[in-house]
Amino acid sequence: MINLAVKPNVVWAVGGVFSLLLLASIIVSILQWRNPHKDYRELRLRVNSWWGMIIVFTLAMVLNRKLSLVFFGFVSFLALKEYLSLIQTRRADRRVLLWAYLAIPLQYYWIHLEWYGMFIIFIPVYAFLFMPMRMIMIGETKEFLRAAGTLHWGLMVTVFSLSHLSFLLALPEDHNPIGGGAGLVLFLVFLTEFNDVAQYVWGKLLGRHKIVPKVSPNKTWEGFLGGVATTLLCAWLIAPFLTPLSIKHSLIIGVIIPIAGFVGDVVISAVKRDIGVKDSGSLLPGHGGILDRIDSLTYTAPLFFHFMRYFYF
Amino acid sequence: MNRVLRFLFFGAVVRTVVLILLGLNVRHRERLPVQGPAILVANHNSHLDTMVLISLFPLRLLPKIRPAAAMDYFLRNKLLAWFALNIIGIIPVARKTEVPSNLTSCRAAKPVHPLQGCKEALKRGDILIFFPEGTRGEPEQRAKFKSGIAHLVEHHPEVPVIPIFMHGLGKALPRGESLLVPFFCDVFVGEALHCTSSRVDFMLNLEQGMEALEAEGGFKEWE
Repeated sequence: MINLAVKPNVVWAVGGVFSLLLLASIIVSILQWRNPHKDYRELRLRVNSWWGMIIVFTLAMVLNRKLSLVFFGFVSFLALKEYLSLIQTRRADRRVLLWAYLAIPLQYYWIHLEWYGMFIIFIPVYAFLFMPMRMIMIGETKEFLRAAGTLHWGLMVTVFSLSHLSFLLALPEDHNPIGGGAGLVLFLVFLTEFNDVAQYVWGKLLGRHKIVPKVSPNKTWEGFLGGVATTLLCAWLIAPFLTPLSIKHSLIIGVIIPIAGFVGDVVISAVKRDIGVKDSGSLLPGHGGILDRIDSLTYTAPLFFHFMRYFYF
Repeated sequence: MNRVLRFLFFGAVVRTVVLILLGLNVRHRERLPVQGPAILVANHNSHLDTMVLISLFPLRLLPKIRPAAAMDYFLRNKLLAWFALNIIGIIPVARKTEVPSNLTSCRAAKPVHPLQGCKEALKRGDILIFFPEGTRGEPEQRAKFKSGIAHLVEHHPEVPVIPIFMHGLGKALPRGESLLVPFFCDVFVGEALHCTSSRVDFMLNLEQGMEALEAEGGFKEWE
């Protein structure tokens, strides 16, 4: 018998997620069966990719702590690589980019050490000061500010923000006896991703009034508000099983997550629009690239983390 | 023994580097040939080009896949020659008509056509990898194609020539650099071409096919 690194409630929650996914697969099959002429390939691909992502995520979460650190570090690596491949990097900075990649294992190592002080300043302070210095050593000044700025922005989004998810696992377990660190991660990731789906579905069903037409013409007020309502309800229902959140706080988080998730989503949309691509990559069939999937998390993870840390840890 | 090493090298080392460290965005994968003879024609910016192209195929096709590579470069010393011939599985091509003296000795006295090895490979039904630029050149810039490829297919209209445009590898490992920096690599597979009329027409078609693929990505110059 494998000794699971998580609390029983987390196992139940994971079971719940898989049931939902099974339900989604069944619904897609029924849709296809009832409308044989309509093409549901995109939807099917999307659900299939969800299966893959959730299976990998679950394994990484439940087997052991180190494995989940490596997993989140790898997600950061994929995201940073995707970002650096999309943006216009300078030829002169080729080797500087290696240093940017090196920030990933270091950042996750601080988490492994549970060294909060270093974790929280490493990229905003040390990496921020070091990268331009390394660029100066090469000496190319043309487009210097753009290069230094975009590189650091990428590190902040793909490494710093995302690594907050991991630090949830390093928070002391006794402050959250029912769910532990894994409970918090599951709560945050589930609400963030479910909110994405809910906003999409509400938008498809009722969407009329565009919310940010210039950045993301498919996003509507109806989708956004429907997502907020759905996520608020979920947060209120799930929080007592996985987190130490009081009812009042679970309602606040139930509003913060959908709003932040929406902002993260449209911020990455703006980046893609600026670069002139539709998807950030093709890693996840039906979704696009990894940045397309974690865009909301880059906003919700740090906000949720600091909310929890301020009130509970 | 060398066969096993080649499988291990491409199955374990190359796939790890190409799929995990780099990562591929492949468009139109269905256009890749499922059997030989066929020629893959690609732009050339990096030693990784060959590794990526070979990784596009299932391992069971590995014995059939042969990159054509410069004799003067890859056979310049014994160790490299062993690695290039047995592990990478190259077909050596003499870039200039005069073959280095140390290599002529082991060949027949009569002059051999530089692409003789490639012709034989096609006859065996191999999938040939060909870089008509002839050299890696400047990173992320495509040079004019040399016409050797047309010579190779002019009497073989049945052999499909598949243009493949790759982007990103010149950033990951350009010529003259030994440090690999991870970048996603775009691979755009084009429609198969056949040499049905003249060599000149074929080269024109090939260049146009490549340009169309390149335009599909809309990549900016790397500076």
